[in-house]
Amino acid sequence: MGRPVAIIGVGQTKHGRRTEISYPDLVREAVVRVFEDTRLTPADIDGVVSGTMPSMMEGIALTHFYFADAMQAAGKPILKTETCGSTGISIAHTAYYWIASGMADLILAVGHEKMNEGNSQATMTTVVEPFYQRYFIAGAPGVFSMQSQMWAARYGIPEEKIRDAAAYISVAHHDDAFDNPYAHVKLRVTMDDVKNSRLITYPVRLLDVCPNSDGACAVIFASAEMARKLGRKAAWVKGVGYRGEEYFFGDSDKGVWQSAVQAAKQAYDQAGIRDPRKELDVAEVYNPFTFQEMLFYECFGFCGLGEAPDLVLKGVFARNGELPCDPSGGTLCTNPIGATGLIRTAEAALQVTGRAGDHQIPGAKLALCHAMGGVDQFNGVMILGAEP
Amino acid sequence: MAKEYKTLMTEIRLPYELSYGPVWTRFFEGMAEKKLYGTKCEKCGRILVPARSFCPRCFVDTTEWVEVAQQGTLTAWSYVNYRYFGMPTEPPFIGALIRLDGTDVDFLHLMGGIDLNDFEQVRKVVKNGMKVRAVWKEERQGHILDIRYFEPI
Repeated sequence: MGRPVAIIGVGQTKHGRRTEISYPDLVREAVVRVFEDTRLTPADIDGVVSGTMPSMMEGIALTHFYFADAMQAAGKPILKTETCGSTGISIAHTAYYWIASGMADLILAVGHEKMNEGNSQATMTTVVEPFYQRYFIAGAPGVFSMQSQMWAARYGIPEEKIRDAAAYISVAHHDDAFDNPYAHVKLRVTMDDVKNSRLITYPVRLLDVCPNSDGACAVIFASAEMARKLGRKAAWVKGVGYRGEEYFFGDSDKGVWQSAVQAAKQAYDQAGIRDPRKELDVAEVYNPFTFQEMLFYECFGFCGLGEAPDLVLKGVFARNGELPCDPSGGTLCTNPIGATGLIRTAEAALQVTGRAGDHQIPGAKLALCHAMGGVDQFNGVMILGAEP
Repeated sequence: MAKEYKTLMTEIRLPYELSYGPVWTRFFEGMAEKKLYGTKCEKCGRILVPARSFCPRCFVDTTEWVEVAQQGTLTAWSYVNYRYFGMPTEPPFIGALIRLDGTDVDFLHLMGGIDLNDFEQVRKVVKNGMKVRAVWKEERQGHILDIRYFEPI
């Protein structure tokens, strides 16, 4: 770890189908809010890092230049970080590295996506290996369904149980989203609604899947000296972890997803966390698919391998459970991809500073946030705490 | 009612010409002859399929070619029930990871040769660990779709 780093403010757009606003204005909406939140001005910022999933999503390359004005980046060092679905957490990591290195005191981090402007399926197809694999994946639902199927079959989890647990997660997150003013999908659903919704890619049904969202998120990171000088309530970065795997889908085991396991371990080691379920107060897991969310619980050591469905059905990861996961409604209800990982970070920061409003977990002091990306290849984790 | 704002329709068409290089050219020449080739890493001993020019774990050239089995074991699958951009197969279809006998990585392709229209039936038939074998097209072009699908043995 370098020198201590804090998050001193966040700004989010209302996420959803935002056809009424241009992409630069959408980005600016989040940036204006983070300046309102911190009472800072663009002149205070030492550098800007931003990112999208692939630029192709909106058909404009190098979006950090496109949004230089909206992010007030002219005259400052500017970076772009792009790691597919994990872009948002990688932006947070980049801001962290920048300040931890001693090269800056205040960094503006911005994640953004306007998925409804382009063809998200066509964009995601280009992520997949072109000679051997592109023809069979059928997008994120196809690949993550295969992963979930591999996981469930390995532990012999009865199909009814895993189906019920995934439906439980869907109902809980859809309910949670009503308490998050920025969430996209606000829908009351029942377990039966989920289980009877249209089959997309077995075992995933329509209500097990995230939406296509437009949205942006801005976060300001600060050095300890600057955070103290400004007197802001801060969320402190206690650990960061990131891991990748081989490119070919099929070269590495996805049932126990090693990049997720190792990314969490790196972050836990830095934060001194030995028993995550006990020590963490809340987690914002990147959960575009209900089934996959359970696999993450296991990879992050929230429970043993194959145990997640039982614990989900006991309410261990619910809002009032032992380790609440995604009280914001998570990626399942809001997914502007390039922003999504940074939204996880922003939500975790709000939780440990007691500012999460109607979805606040009372007394939260230590939080995990996470995002994953690539066809099935990368995981990033960050641990935030209330104390330096 | 909220005012509707204008949108701009725009389109970018970008044709690409991707180089196979010597190793993948040889692999696909093999497919045209109904053969599947892997390469063996001298360092870790793994047989990689499709063939690679280097081992992604050991970072050494893989120069030993091996013709691999055309049958193997199903390790994961997904029943795709929706139309997705660029997929050459009409839904429903099954994307499948297959561990070809004697190899050390999973090979991604399709599972077929069964009635796919009734998912409840599919679920009774398709199981991880089941044995499958490649079914080839009569007309082949040196393309991954020269294999029609893998069918249960």
